[in-house]
Amino acid sequence: MKRRRLIQGAGALALVACVPARAADNALPSIPALSAFLAGRTPRFERIRLELPSIADNGFAVPMKLTVEGPFAPGPYVKTLRLFSETNPVPAMAAFEFPLPLERIEIESRIRLAGAQQVVAVAEMTDGRVYATAREVIVTLAGCMDGT
Amino acid sequence: MRCPIALAALGMAAIAFAQERPISPPDLRSGIAFAGADVRAMQADDNANPGFLWVQRGAQLWQANCASCHGDAPASMRGVAARYPAYDATSQSMLDLDGRIEQCRVVRQKKPAFGRESEDLVALGSYVSFQSRGMPIAVSIDGPARAAFDRGAAFYQERHGQMNLACTQCHDANWGKRLFNETLSQGHGSAFPAYRLEWQAVGSLQRRVRACLFGVRAQMPAPGAPELTDVELYLAWRAQGLPMESPGVRR
Amino acid sequence: MPDARINIPSKVARGEPFPVKLQIRHPMETGYRTDDVGKGIARNVIRTLTCRYNGEVVFAAQLSSGIAANPFLSFFVVARAPGEMIFEWIDDAGVKGSDRVDVNVA
Repeated sequence: MKRRRLIQGAGALALVACVPARAADNALPSIPALSAFLAGRTPRFERIRLELPSIADNGFAVPMKLTVEGPFAPGPYVKTLRLFSETNPVPAMAAFEFPLPLERIEIESRIRLAGAQQVVAVAEMTDGRVYATAREVIVTLAGCMDGT
Repeated sequence: MRCPIALAALGMAAIAFAQERPISPPDLRSGIAFAGADVRAMQADDNANPGFLWVQRGAQLWQANCASCHGDAPASMRGVAARYPAYDATSQSMLDLDGRIEQCRVVRQKKPAFGRESEDLVALGSYVSFQSRGMPIAVSIDGPARAAFDRGAAFYQERHGQMNLACTQCHDANWGKRLFNETLSQGHGSAFPAYRLEWQAVGSLQRRVRACLFGVRAQMPAPGAPELTDVELYLAWRAQGLPMESPGVRR
Repeated sequence: MPDARINIPSKVARGEPFPVKLQIRHPMETGYRTDDVGKGIARNVIRTLTCRYNGEVVFAAQLSSGIAANPFLSFFVVARAPGEMIFEWIDDAGVKGSDRVDVNVA
């Protein structure tokens, strides 16, 4: 009985370990709002890093960190950063704008996720070039219901 | 402030009861020890901890309503939250911190009550509790508090709700084990008032207890009900020595 | 008094980026929740936020219900002249908020 549980547990662990690897495939999930924003541009899957937990404590507040690696000067710099959700009712989650050239592009916030899904981050440069990345997040329900 | 003899007596009482406590002092763990990395990170950074939005609101309310009598809160309220719930001679009843604040407002200031679980009361309670952050919980269960303690202990051991579960079954007998995707904590209230991700707001310990009762499909007592204060007292006794963490962050 | 907290270092080095942390108390109501009697709670989220440093916009954000309640934002700004940083935001209900902080440059 104990050994079966251990194997089940190891299986579950292996499943979880597999999940982030899928996000590393340079393929973005199909999100109409994202396609509309890209407008035919092919993003590069480099320089941009999206940090999200693989399993979120609670979908109401999932910590997120978004970094784009410089240096940028003297060339094009980051104009906007955008976040897209695969399955939220509102797919365009946020846009962060940088009117002035900035070398340190590092944003932290907390996002809301309506269930397990992929989140896509896109950086748009001043010359129109785009960089993108995606991360998968598993969102679980709380252990007990809360009626307060 | 307190008579040293009374302090020693309190210490003796604490030691006398130490062996009866379901979780002995070396095994006591705050809920944060059972929380995930994200929750721990949110609580660790005062600039990212959303609880401070309520503490700040509480500071503003303090200035407007309490400072004229109680002066500077970091001085006058230091250690106060750590000894609540406490017996109140004026009303001859046990009061939790929010109850004590309401009493001041209604009886002494002759103003309308904030209302249990109202944003303002939760904010003020957060601000006052914050003044005890880091200090060990140290409640008295002597004298007039004893009856409330006994009721709270009984409530804790009693099965509740459709699921017919008693608090002790999860939090004394099975802490550290998994319930769905969560790890059961020891059920201490040391982080409350706390920002709970599920509430998207700060809430009181009473709210958390009510939520737990809802979780076992029991009828929830109304906020401020005496049985909730009794349980709070029992929980505080059970958690004695653990440092206050408010404003905590919990999922 | 604003329901917000801003944190920046007490002194920043000229020409260097410094971290800015902001928290705003706001429910960021999604519009998908219902109340106790089943009635829908209207959407109300902070839509636009701007950060001005000595009058110049250095950061702006368009938010949605996909940002958690009591929004937290951390980003970097390059230190220039000493002065002030002003945040302004507006939500779906048209309620404006703002907060400010002094910037001390070494």
